[in-house]
Amino acid sequence: MATTNLEVPSKEVHRTDDGPVSEAAAESTFAEVDDHDRVIPAIEFRDVVLSFDERVILDGLSFVVNRGETKVILGGSGGGKSTVINLILGLLKPDSGRILVDGEDITEYTEAEMMGVRKKIGMVFQEGALFDSLSVYDNVAYRLHEQGVPEEEVEQEVRRMLRFVNLEDAIEKMPNELSGGMRRRVGIARALVGGPTIVLFDEPTAGLDPPTARTICELAIKLRDLEDVSSIFVTHEMNNVGYLTSEYAIVGDDGEVTFEREGERLCLINTKIIMLRNGNSIFSGTDEALRKNEDPYIRGFISGHMERKDEG
Amino acid sequence: MNIATRALLEVQETTLLAARAARRLFRRPTYLPEMITQMDVIGVGSLTIVLLTGYFTGAVLALQTYPTLKFYGAQDQTGRLVATALVRELGPVLGGLMVAGRVASAIAAELGSMVVSQQIDAMRALGTDPIRKLVAPRLIALVVMLPLLTIIADAVGILGGWTVSTTLYGMLSGTYTAAVWEGLTSKDVVGGFVKALAFAVIIGTVSCRQGLKTEGGTVGVGRSTTTAVVMSSILIIVADFFITKGLQVILGLPT
Repeated sequence: MATTNLEVPSKEVHRTDDGPVSEAAAESTFAEVDDHDRVIPAIEFRDVVLSFDERVILDGLSFVVNRGETKVILGGSGGGKSTVINLILGLLKPDSGRILVDGEDITEYTEAEMMGVRKKIGMVFQEGALFDSLSVYDNVAYRLHEQGVPEEEVEQEVRRMLRFVNLEDAIEKMPNELSGGMRRRVGIARALVGGPTIVLFDEPTAGLDPPTARTICELAIKLRDLEDVSSIFVTHEMNNVGYLTSEYAIVGDDGEVTFEREGERLCLINTKIIMLRNGNSIFSGTDEALRKNEDPYIRGFISGHMERKDEG
Repeated sequence: MNIATRALLEVQETTLLAARAARRLFRRPTYLPEMITQMDVIGVGSLTIVLLTGYFTGAVLALQTYPTLKFYGAQDQTGRLVATALVRELGPVLGGLMVAGRVASAIAAELGSMVVSQQIDAMRALGTDPIRKLVAPRLIALVVMLPLLTIIADAVGILGGWTVSTTLYGMLSGTYTAAVWEGLTSKDVVGGFVKALAFAVIIGTVSCRQGLKTEGGTVGVGRSTTTAVVMSSILIIVADFFITKGLQVILGLPT
């Protein structure tokens, strides 16, 4: 905590968070009902500090992403959201603090050691970040080609992944022939090859029309509910948060995947929200708690009416 | 940071990049297909401009020097002058400059766009080392192809001088070629080769470094491209002086 004005709201947050389905309570049930490995968080940040020259990006950020959990990281532009993801991938190194992936402390890892960690992480970039010089097929197959997997297996896997994102027709196309939404979906397919247990989404819906954005969120929900993937979903769009925290995917008797809304019978607890501001988390908890939060910045963020003087 | 610190930092980073790329050459996986593609793009792709540059440089050299040599009654030596000048200096330097203009800009722009569109990050996230996959093949391709291009430039340059000497100045073909053979020594050829190698390393490291450090969107790509071409061209010309002096000492060339 660097500034005093941040401490006040964050304390309030913790109080509001101690509701009936608080994070601590959810964690303890996890430990009781599940096997031993599940208590090790997929991702853990401990007091991470990062600054570029004079500018402080992250100021003692701590959070935990449990197995099978989706963590939505909310916050305005320049709040250090994407930095969190780059730190997990080891593309950046923190000035201090620890970062753990699957219980493994990756803070001091060299580039060569990081390559092993990156194998279990799938990354979806903002604009897709597809390799322009490679076709959709080669993009999705990239990781497998690098590992020297036989071509028949590669093709099978690529087709399976493209089917998952519903883009099997585009297999022969080049990235510049695709629309923005298609590029993101190919990006997701590429990230999922090799069966990563952790998937990181960096603003995957930025600049997309609402129906396409919804498709992307549904893919994230499918991953969470059907593939047991832990993920971080960085966004600044509240409707993404709405989809992710209130809908779940089920497979019907006919094998079709359908999406249902949580209701009286079922309340989703595997999706939590962290709100970042000025390099620190000012809120952590469920979407219900977020909507009840009294912090003026958070209220402004949810309603879309930000008070400009608050931006400083 | 002031200019001197920045310049020193740049030299350090570029050298480190070259060293890292060189170290990675001997570790698996090596990207042979990439290397061959780059040799095709860089080497075969630059053939036309190098052929034209070489031919016309040789031709104009004969055009300019024949009258002067004739003044001293030494016009028979035109071939010798053209060949020595080309093999020692103009072949490697002009070849290097032409390749710098064409290849350094292309490499910096390509790598720069990849940085800006997060493709380099994506590559690292997918477990590939960009230095091994992108920098090393380009560096190797340049180191192999630039000396070859230089030799081709030398050869067509001598041919250009022959064309001018025999057609415009009415020199006997045999006189010209005899002077060429007489004038050229193996030391000249070795010296030219060494220069081409050094220029290849300069072009490769400078352009890859500029490309990879691109920041600031499409404007940044433009800036990196310009810097890559300007810096490699200037470095080629400056390095040429010092290499020439060094070769004079090492090979014992007449001073």
